[in-house]
Order: sequence, then C-alpha cells, then structure tokens
Amino acid sequence: MHKSILLCGVGGQGTVLASKLVAAAAMAKGLPILTAETIGMAQRGGSVTSHLRMGENLYSPLIGRGQADLILGFEPGEAVRNLPYLKADGTVVVNTRPVRPVTGSLSGTDYTGLEMIEYLKSKVGHVLVVDGDRAAEELGSAKVLNVVLLGTAAESGALGVTKEELKSAIREKVAPRFLELNLRALDYAAIY
Amino acid sequence: MKKEFLMGNEAIAMGALAAGVNLVAGYPGTPSSEVLETVAKRRTEATWVEWSVNEKAAMEVAAGAAYAGARVMVTMKQVGLNVASDPLMSLAYIGVKGGMVILVADDPGPISSQTEQDTRTFAMFAKVPVFDPSGVQEAYDLVQEAFAFSEKYQTPVILRPTTRVCHSYAGIDIREPQEYDVHTPDGFVKSPNWVIFPKLAQANHRKIEARNVAIGEEFSGETEKSAIGEEYSDETEKSAIGEEFSGETEKNSIGEVLSGENEKEAIGDGFAAKAENVTSGEEGYFRFGNRILPALGKFTSNRRGIATHGISFAYTMENLEQDSSPKVLKVGTPFPFPEQLALKFLEGLDEVLCIEELDPVIERALTYVCGKYHLPVRICGKMTGHVASAGENSVDSVGTALTNFFGTDFGRRPAFDLTDAPALPVRPPVLCAGCPHRAAFYAVKCAMKGKKALYSGDIGCYTLGNAAPLDMTDTCLCMGAGITVAQGIGRIEPDTVCFSFTGDSTFFASGITGIVNAFYNQANLTAVILDNSTTAMTGHQPHPGTGRTMMGGVTEKVDIEKVLRAIGLETVETVDPLNLTVAVETVRRVSAEPGVKAIIFRSPCVALPGAKIGSGNGAASKKTQTVLEKSDASKDNRKDTGHSNRPGCIRIDPEKCINCRKCIRELGCPGIVLDAGKVSNDTSLCTGCGLCAQVCPVDAIGARGERCEESL
Repeated sequence: MHKSILLCGVGGQGTVLASKLVAAAAMAKGLPILTAETIGMAQRGGSVTSHLRMGENLYSPLIGRGQADLILGFEPGEAVRNLPYLKADGTVVVNTRPVRPVTGSLSGTDYTGLEMIEYLKSKVGHVLVVDGDRAAEELGSAKVLNVVLLGTAAESGALGVTKEELKSAIREKVAPRFLELNLRALDYAAIY
Repeated sequence: MKKEFLMGNEAIAMGALAAGVNLVAGYPGTPSSEVLETVAKRRTEATWVEWSVNEKAAMEVAAGAAYAGARVMVTMKQVGLNVASDPLMSLAYIGVKGGMVILVADDPGPISSQTEQDTRTFAMFAKVPVFDPSGVQEAYDLVQEAFAFSEKYQTPVILRPTTRVCHSYAGIDIREPQEYDVHTPDGFVKSPNWVIFPKLAQANHRKIEARNVAIGEEFSGETEKSAIGEEYSDETEKSAIGEEFSGETEKNSIGEVLSGENEKEAIGDGFAAKAENVTSGEEGYFRFGNRILPALGKFTSNRRGIATHGISFAYTMENLEQDSSPKVLKVGTPFPFPEQLALKFLEGLDEVLCIEELDPVIERALTYVCGKYHLPVRICGKMTGHVASAGENSVDSVGTALTNFFGTDFGRRPAFDLTDAPALPVRPPVLCAGCPHRAAFYAVKCAMKGKKALYSGDIGCYTLGNAAPLDMTDTCLCMGAGITVAQGIGRIEPDTVCFSFTGDSTFFASGITGIVNAFYNQANLTAVILDNSTTAMTGHQPHPGTGRTMMGGVTEKVDIEKVLRAIGLETVETVDPLNLTVAVETVRRVSAEPGVKAIIFRSPCVALPGAKIGSGNGAASKKTQTVLEKSDASKDNRKDTGHSNRPGCIRIDPEKCINCRKCIRELGCPGIVLDAGKVSNDTSLCTGCGLCAQVCPVDAIGARGERCEESL
C-alpha cells in the first residue's frame, strides 16, 4: 500500500505532532515511513506543512504535485494553498476555523475561511469539513484539533491507518493526563 | 540493532554516538541544531557536549580534543562554516589524530539562511574530504564511516547534509548503546607537527595534494558486498566499525545496508531494488554513498545519463520507473571527486544531465573529466540552463528537467490549478504575539519619531523587526554585523542617530568585538541588546548568559551589563521593554549622550519554558499544544509550561473601543485581529503582555491578569 498525506496549517497548530502519531501507527504495523517537516523561520506564524509517505519503494520524503492521497487542512486557506499537491481523486479533511494573518489585519481584509471551504467543495470530490470551533467547545479544548482531524480522516479510510491503530499510538505517545481528552477527540467525528 | 523513527539530524547524532564520539561542540543554526541537541539527550557518560560561543570556538575546542586522540564532531549551519573558516583552513594542513567530523548543514532555497553557499565547494577550497548523504539511513551510516576515514588519513572530514535530509524522518536501523564503539583517546603527544609554520605548511600542502588524489581513487573503488567492515578493520585498528558490524550481526552490517540487501524501508531500499538487477562486477555499489545505477528497460540503449547527489537523488528516483530508467550516477563524495567512477559512468554516454542543488559541483567535475580524457560527452546542468541556477529542487522541478532533457514524460501527474481560487492569506513570518522584541523596537521607534535614525539589525528572531508596521531593521548582513555596520554608516552620515540591535546569543557569538571596536574607535552609537535569555530562533538553546550548559549543569552567568562596563562604556541601562513609558524615556535619554552607550532590553522569550513577563504573570507558549510525548522530556516541559502557566489575555472593552485600529496599525501583533470589522484579540495567541493596552488612546484594552476564557 502507498499513501501520501500532506498536513498543512499555520506554525503552532500541531501538524508535526499529528504527523508523528500517524507515522507511529504506520510503523507499528510494519509500514516503511518517510516524513518531512517545516522547521525554522516559517514556524513564526508562517504557513507550515508536514509531508508523510508510507509504503515500499518510496524515495522522496516530500510529496510531488498531484501525488497526495489526502490533505489534512488545519486551516482553510492553507488547505487551498496546498491543493496542487492533491491527486485528482484525493480527499481533503479541513477545519473551518481560520487563522487570520497579521497582514490581513493591517490591510483590513476580512478573510473568514468560508470562501476557502466553498472553493474546496467546488473543486474536490471528497471534502470532509470539521467545525473546529464547535469541536473545541464540545471537547472543552482547542488543543486537540489535530486529533479530531486525524479521527475524521481515519473514519473516511483515507489515512492509511485505522482509528484503533491511532489509539495505540496515542496511548504510547501521549502523557496519561491528556490521554482521555485525546481519545475523546479521536472519536469526535463519530460521536458528535 | 533496533529500528527507530528518527529525524536526519537525530540519525547523524546517533551515528556519532555509535562511533564512540568523545566530544561534540557546535553553535546553533537551522537546519543543523538538532544534531547537537540529540547528542546531549542521548549521550553516554563518555561524551562531552557543549554549545560553544560560536562556530570558530567550537572548531578549535574540537581540534584540541582531536589532537589528544579523541573522536570529535563539530556542528553548524553553512554560514557558521564562514565563522569557523580560520581554524578549518589551517587545521586541514595540521591534521588530526582522533577522527574529526565537521557537520555542516546546507540550506538550499534558502529556507532559513542568508546565503545559498555550497559546503561541497568550501570543502574543495579547504582541501578536506566531504560526504553528501541522500537520506536518513545513509546519513547514519556515513557519519560512522567518516570517523574511521578521518583517522585513516588523519584529516578532518566534512559531512554535508541539506535541509531536506536534516529535517526528514525515516524508520532506520540503529545500534543499541551496548553495541556502540568505545573510543579511548590516547592523549596529546607533543610534537613540532602541531605548530603551524610556513615550512611545515609547505611540506604539508604537498602531502595534502598527493593524498587527495589517492582519496579520489579510494572513493572510486567498488566494494564487495559487506566488505566495508573488513576493509576498515584491516586498514586502521582504531576503527572498529567494520568489525563490530560484520561480527555481531550479519543482518545489519553497514556493508549490507549500502549494498542493499537490507529489505527494510527508507530511501536506501529503493536502490536496493535496482541493485538486484546489477550484474556483479559490472556496475553498482561503491563506497561512501557513491553509486552507478544501470540503464533499464527502454533506456538500456539510451546514450543519455543522469548525475545527481543528496536529496536530488531521491527526487530523481521518485520520477523514474522501477524497471525502465536511464543510467544514474550518484555522487556521495563530491571532493576529492571520484574520477575513475565518473569514467565508468560516462562509458557509452553522449549526454549527461547533472541534477544538483546549490553549486554545479558535479557538473564542473564531469566537464573537467571529459576534457582531461578527451571524451565527447556533453555535460548539462545549471551552467547550460537545464537546471535552475538557484533555489531548491523538488520532485516536480526534477521531473520537468528530466522531461525536457530526455524528451519523454517523467512523473507527469495532473494537478489542481489555483488560478480561480479566492485570494489566499499572505503569511510572512512575524514576531510572536507578546514577543518582547516588538516592544523594544516600538519604544525606539517612538523615541526617535521625527529624527533621522538608522536601525542596524542582526541575525535572530529580531530580524523580523523589519516587517510592517514596525519597519525597524534597515540593515542585516551576518552575525554580529549590526554593531559594526552602524559604525560605518555613522562615519559617513554623522547627522544620523545610529542604533544597532543585537540579541543576547549574538552578542556573545560575535557582538562583543564590535562593541570594543566602536569604543576604541570612538563611534557615536547606541547599542541595543535584546536580551530574551535564550537563543530563540533556533529552538531555545542556552548560551553564556543563561547559566545553563548542554551537559545539564548550572554555571555562573556571563553578565552582559558587566561585560559592557568592562569594555569602558559609561552608560549602560537595563529596562523592561514592556514598560513602554520608561522604555521610551530611556531611549531618548541614552541616545542623546555622546559616544558608545548601551541599552539592554531584558524580557524573556514568550515561547521559553517557564518564562515570566513583567508583572509576574506566566507567559504562554504561543504553540497550541496537542499531544505530549512521554519520551521527550525537554519538550514535555515546554508544552506543560505553555499549558499550566496560561496567563491572562488582554480584554478589549467593546463599549470603550472606538475601532481606531491604532493597536493593529502600530504594533502588528498576531494576537490582535479584525473580527467582522471589529478589533478583537485572538485568545489562542494573546499572552497578555499588555503592550497594546499602553498604546490604546481610549483605555479600551484591559490590563492583563484576567484569564483567557479558553484556559478557565
């Protein structure tokens, strides 16, 4: 099996940790894994991406255009920005909550993110929208958005690992006091 | 042996530990910093690790240890090698006794750097061998080979990964701590050979030139499967890598990883598949990451080939089909160039496409080889316009170059076109919400309103002070140059009020000499030191002013104020930049004095674990924390702190706010946004630093202390 997954968002949203969870779950079932991260200056409020690839005979940790099976968009504008990486029949899982750039505030443009969601829906066959604000409210924390997105993607079958496999990875990687919250976040898509 | 999911930089560190490294020194710089941090985290008792004050100091500390027979590694980014070039150039002549690996991470793009310089070219200039890994497993293997190689030829060697190798992860095979080599330094032996004089330099120069020819031949040598180990143990008794590997576990020997019998994943495997098709004795696997892959399928009689290296090799392979692909040369040792290997590759070819990042090193070398041996082969690449002359490569750019060169499709995939997409938000990197640098810049800006002033910047997070609306970085050149460039401009424009901005880590790295120069040469300058108690940009490394070391120890802090006073500065004031009134008044007063004077703006980085801002409220990490990794103690701390010390956000009173947007216009803090046209704060980012409250003309922004709703 081959899967190429692109996680994208804004520095600080937890894309790296999400990518590590998927990698751990895939490794646990013996799949070869390559990933690549944005580290450095771009982390300061800039656009960030994590590339994750699993399967045999892969060389590049970075995904080429038209090669991703799945885009996990932590932020609607970033999902659109990275759309050229998606396969024609790929899946997008996207959070509705925008992160407004400072430049936007300065020039007074009112970017809401909704225009991005509409655009994604008009272009891509498989789009799963996660209401990030509502998820944060119902889970009592905005910190586990990445796990909510992972759960949604796993349910759709596009992630390459199952929710059960992710659960094992979370149990192994997450500190005990945050375990329950993370497990609830993983099931969020199915429960709420 | 075990399998571990590691970042390229972590793999390099683990490889050095497996080779029994005794001392590791370096200076932080993206994309190299994680190497030394991993050594510190995973080291055995026998390893000394330090963040040196700069790369030159690190190189010299390591050289001394290597004179005494220790295995040493020095870590830095590519521009760090410029700082360390003085010791490196001479060290190449003097040589080492214990193995010395200089880890220099290059940054094609550049993504986080000032230059796109190529350390392969630097190695050629310095006359030292350089290894160029193409993936995580190969980096792990090469660093171990590099130590043995360094000892065999008694020369420092360079390991040169690039950003995409440094920051990619793969599950790789590594040795368990009990399988590590144990290297015991045999001590410093006094000899005239450690003292560089013209006579010695001339004699050694001759030897180096001859040696490098021999190394080029060794780099061309084909290896028998699993023979690497034996070769090492034969030639140098110090290097036990081979023995350990081939003796202890057949399955995981270096030889096999390189020769590709290992079926495990990672970049290495792909060439494994190819290697199966190689007829033995004809073409295939060479040492140190050098390889020739034969033409397959419909390319079997094609007279065009590809020469590549590093991550571009991975991009190339990604575009080739498993069973039908052109002949490929992969160069793992760009200097001394493996000429005989190149000749073997060029046999039967009319044209070669060189796919490289940074300098056209392979392209030049192949052009030279063709001239030297009168080969009628056309060498193409950057110099012929077939590959972009600057910037990093990608799977797609390499696919395009291959398609154009061969005239057949490589890796073409349909992709979404964004021409009809709504305008995307622009996200240039900015100072974090609550960053004390913003307050410092703003205070100087307010104090200098209406005056002709120069703001000479430096390297660090605070270079971001150039962004609108602050616009407070007029120059930025290299580490430490802020102070000295300001002196030069001041000489030519005496009517300009000159400020330099230098971070605390940069001050220690190379700022002090600039201040001494200013004081001695009677400059008129206000040196602003932005002291946030850490090396923030590269990931919060300690430095001499922090009182902490990478060995986990506590040491006496070097006091910036005392250093400045000892140089002779009479006016040195330390203020909290988040107290705007006092900060502005201090800048006005100090900058009006003659000569060299200094203001230290002291307030900890908001992303620093346990940081406290002015009023005593804990400052938060802006990073939204999600999951905590048990295994990673230092990261745990950082995130824990971000969580539990969640401070109060500012609160904007909608009744009082007149929506004048002065806070947004003046400060450009990511914590304040326009929500449906109204000024509001983003509670996930706001740290409650209170700077905006001091800027608000109608007191609509509440003092900090009220906790964010989110954290209740």
